[in-house]
Amino acid sequence: MKFSESWLREWVNPAISSDDLAHQITMAGLEVDGVDPVAGQFNNVIVGEVVECGQHPDADKLQVTKISLGDYSSDTVVQGELVDIVCGAKNCRLGLKVAVATVGAVLPGDFKIKKAKLRGVPSHGMLCSESELGLAESSDGILELPSDAPIGSCVRDYLDLNDVTIDVDLTANRGDCLGIKGLAREVGVLNSLAFTQPTINAVTPSIDDTRAINIEANEACPRYLGRVIKGINVNAQTPLWMVEKLRRCGTRAIDPVVDVTNYVLLELGHPMHAFDLAKIEGDIKVRFANKDEKLVLLDENEVTLNEETLLIADDVKALAMAGIFGGLHSGVTTESTDIFLESAFFAPLAILGKARQYGLHTDASHRYERGIDPELQREAMERATELLLEIVGGEAGPIVEAKSEQELPQSKSVELRRVKLDGRIGHHIEDEKVDEILTRLGFEVASTGADIDKVWQVVVPAYRFDISIEVDLIEEVARIFGYNNIPNVAPTAMLKMREQKEASLSINKLKQALVNRDYQEAITYSFVDPNVQSLLHPQQEVMTLPHPISSEMSVMRLSLWTGLLQSVAYNQNRQQGRVRLFETGLRFVPDESAENGVRQENMIAGVISGQRVDEHWSMEKAATDFFDMKGDVEALLSLTANADAYEFSKAEIDALHPGQTAQITRAGHVVGYVGSLHPELERKLGLNGRTLVFELLLSEVLTQNIPQAREISRFPANRRDLAVVVKEEVDAKKVLQLIEKVGGNYLIDLNLFDVYQGNGIEDGYKSLAIALILQDTSKTLEEKDISDVIDRVVDTLKLELNASLRD
Amino acid sequence: MNLDTTTLDEIVSQAELAISEASDPAALDQVRVNFLGKKGLFTEQMKGLSKLPKEEKPKMGQVINIAKQKVQKLLTERGELLRNEEIKQKLAAESIDVTLPGRGTQLGGLHPVSRTIERIESFFGDLGFSVKAGPEVEDDYHNFDALNIPEHHPARQDHDTFYFNPKLVLRTQTSGVQIRTMEVEKPPLRIISPGKVYRNDYDQTHTPMFHQVEGLMVDKDVSFTHLKGVLHDFLHHFFEEEVEIRFRPSYFPFTEPSAEVDIMGKNGKWLEVLGCGMVHPNVLRSVGIDPEIYTGFAFGMGVERLTMLRYGVNDLRAFFENDLRFLKQFK
Repeated sequence: MKFSESWLREWVNPAISSDDLAHQITMAGLEVDGVDPVAGQFNNVIVGEVVECGQHPDADKLQVTKISLGDYSSDTVVQGELVDIVCGAKNCRLGLKVAVATVGAVLPGDFKIKKAKLRGVPSHGMLCSESELGLAESSDGILELPSDAPIGSCVRDYLDLNDVTIDVDLTANRGDCLGIKGLAREVGVLNSLAFTQPTINAVTPSIDDTRAINIEANEACPRYLGRVIKGINVNAQTPLWMVEKLRRCGTRAIDPVVDVTNYVLLELGHPMHAFDLAKIEGDIKVRFANKDEKLVLLDENEVTLNEETLLIADDVKALAMAGIFGGLHSGVTTESTDIFLESAFFAPLAILGKARQYGLHTDASHRYERGIDPELQREAMERATELLLEIVGGEAGPIVEAKSEQELPQSKSVELRRVKLDGRIGHHIEDEKVDEILTRLGFEVASTGADIDKVWQVVVPAYRFDISIEVDLIEEVARIFGYNNIPNVAPTAMLKMREQKEASLSINKLKQALVNRDYQEAITYSFVDPNVQSLLHPQQEVMTLPHPISSEMSVMRLSLWTGLLQSVAYNQNRQQGRVRLFETGLRFVPDESAENGVRQENMIAGVISGQRVDEHWSMEKAATDFFDMKGDVEALLSLTANADAYEFSKAEIDALHPGQTAQITRAGHVVGYVGSLHPELERKLGLNGRTLVFELLLSEVLTQNIPQAREISRFPANRRDLAVVVKEEVDAKKVLQLIEKVGGNYLIDLNLFDVYQGNGIEDGYKSLAIALILQDTSKTLEEKDISDVIDRVVDTLKLELNASLRD
Repeated sequence: MNLDTTTLDEIVSQAELAISEASDPAALDQVRVNFLGKKGLFTEQMKGLSKLPKEEKPKMGQVINIAKQKVQKLLTERGELLRNEEIKQKLAAESIDVTLPGRGTQLGGLHPVSRTIERIESFFGDLGFSVKAGPEVEDDYHNFDALNIPEHHPARQDHDTFYFNPKLVLRTQTSGVQIRTMEVEKPPLRIISPGKVYRNDYDQTHTPMFHQVEGLMVDKDVSFTHLKGVLHDFLHHFFEEEVEIRFRPSYFPFTEPSAEVDIMGKNGKWLEVLGCGMVHPNVLRSVGIDPEIYTGFAFGMGVERLTMLRYGVNDLRAFFENDLRFLKQFK
């Protein structure tokens, strides 16, 4: 809520500066978002009167005036002399009180007023508009001051423009501070000052007209006051002082009736509504809407109501959405002469969430949802009546009040125990201090017991909807005492050791492994562009956000690839040719069997493109390829100390190159993929060159084997190299697995160190050079032991894979 | 064969000359063979000994040996000299420009947000807080109801929630992990939970996804002074300087008293970095913990905000653009 500091100071006026006031209320939990001057910086602007006003001889749109500044004098103004000013505003007229920028004045924007001639006529100053004084963004014509404005006085002082607008961001629990009255009460508490409310006089009815009020929903509307006012002039002008107060609280003046209800809303925090009496047929009813009942609101939108919506109605139709928004039909217009004024208490529970259901949020609903003072209706009614009669005239009827006492919120009695106060805060605040804080807050306080057994019985007024249990009072005491007066203490706890499973591999370790392999970690949005994602994961069901930030961020990701690949394109477009990124995070796969219908799986994924290594004086340039990425994945898997459990095999998935994709399985389940991006996708995503990706289910790689040491053989190892020629389509893995299977105990290591095709090898065949390392733990192997193994291997390869040895 | 010292001296002189003239180890070795080898000149001299009278043999033998040793010494010295020379030449030939860049120097880096989370985990790990994770697509019970934010509560509107449907949301806070933890674990409890949260807001100072670290401690006798103590310590250690800190009363339905914590920025303005408070009794009750016996504190800190302050990042959006030129600054 925005409020004018000087308006607040009419109620309570602590001897502190604006900045200190802002700091003080911030530190009491009413966070100040901004403190802004209510007018621009200017000087030498004086109240004047137009005493002559005539047409400029050479310009249709200009008027030549003489302005009286009364007794005012300065370096540039001679006392008693009329000032010649040429003015272009249409509303400039004889007798008008105006804001005169005299010669030498400086207006906002460092605009200096000098003597001038306009089309040959001298002009020694300027008549100012509101926007020229920084009072408005734009204005139509010059500022019209009230007729009783004292000629010759300083406009800044006259309009009290050394005021600031304080924007306070109130938390949802402090509905009681949504008006000057509530803020004044709070500021009073903080400064040990009482606040003084302007005198509100009960208006004596001068007519007998009333409307009967029938409340059919007592719980939702425990109190409803109505009053008829007849013979008003809606076309009257709202006085400048009121327009200014409204403006400084962020509210635009509209017409006097609306302005008065807004004024009361800002002053007392109490919403009001005015109906055109002529449009009300019969009695006023407060009732819930009928199913599918229609109402056209003041914004001219027709809404279809549900049965939980509280209405103000007459005998035949709905008039307004209670506590939220008025209806168009019964609204006050320039034609209205008689009005019906409403001042009601609607229960927060009856209003909560209702405005939102209709996409509405109004000043009234904002306050009713949080709770207004249930004892304030009559005061608000009298205040509004008094102001209205002053401005628009008319005759007021008597107030009609309908209420159901037992449904009205009552003041609450809440117990505060010393032992709980000390326990929760951890710091002892003296009895006297606690008494003082509670009392200043306007609570009735009594207590029993002493010391640690002391108990306060606190009666809390009904308008403090946020206080109903003991901890609410503890918070109030701590808040007013000042959080920063409470010491900082290190907690004590049992030194109990936490379990640390050595077999669980931390995600950080996996991430660090990739960092050590020259990957940069990325974080991309969890919601992605459906058009891009469907290229990677066509025909897959996906979670869609009904109200996304934008269509490019509207579906939940099915893998981390969409975000990562877009990051590759982003970097390539910024001359970063070599990209190596990884990310960890959830993917969101719709799945009826999972909690909330979605499988949220933690993934680790990477993408590389560009050169294998940064250009280097001693290394050949080479584009990165499948085996770079696979090597990184294998390195990750080796952290499990159980790499053999993961199997790579050829696979085809939509996003990837059909000839360069491996699926990774563990115990028969697919746990991830590694491959080259499909060239068509590279093109569609605007990627430059070969792009490789991998993705693994993190849960499948987060267990490591705990080492079990074996004895190291003291006997020499022997190496034998085989060049095995097999058909091209035979997987290397098959050859290696076969050798391992028949190699026996002596075979301790196997390394494929060359793959060859070409000269000397028949077309359609390839030669795999494999080193076998043979060793025994109990003896030095003899030539026969070795040749037995080799023969067995060669025979099996021949038999099973039709392999031959290269000559 | 003359067996006299004159001849011997001559041989020694010849050897001396030959040794000094040998310019490489091979030539030197040839000299050795010529003089000391099986058919060398000294061997010849020794053979001549047999022809001498018995009483002269020892004396002459000694003379020959002395001469031989002299040559041997010269050979060794020259040999060493030549080897040193050779090594020197080899080393000179192998000399390189050591200022050229090394090979395979590149290391990547963690995202700055991860780096901050790791540091936070470490600080709180020292105090025995364990790390918990929770789902990001969350039901409204865990994100709101169990946190004392019933349907239609005005505080819900402050959240700019992404709804999938009225019952399912992208979590707006990590506080739901408190509930999920307390549903299965009982006090004493000390947890932190870092993770992504989502708000439907996107401008200069808001991204629709960001990171929070939730913290929770529940035990007997946990108080607001403890909350203040822990967070003060944390902020001082995180920034490694005595930053000015203030606790400002605020409102969260799931804590009471509630506070927001501001730190003084370099520009002299207070900046909010976290929200915290004493766990509301309704929250404890909703997970079956008796608030008359146990109390607790909870906090939620904005990771991006802390990261920006720590490393001087000015634009929040940089965290999710993944521009390598930005990321590579974090090693």
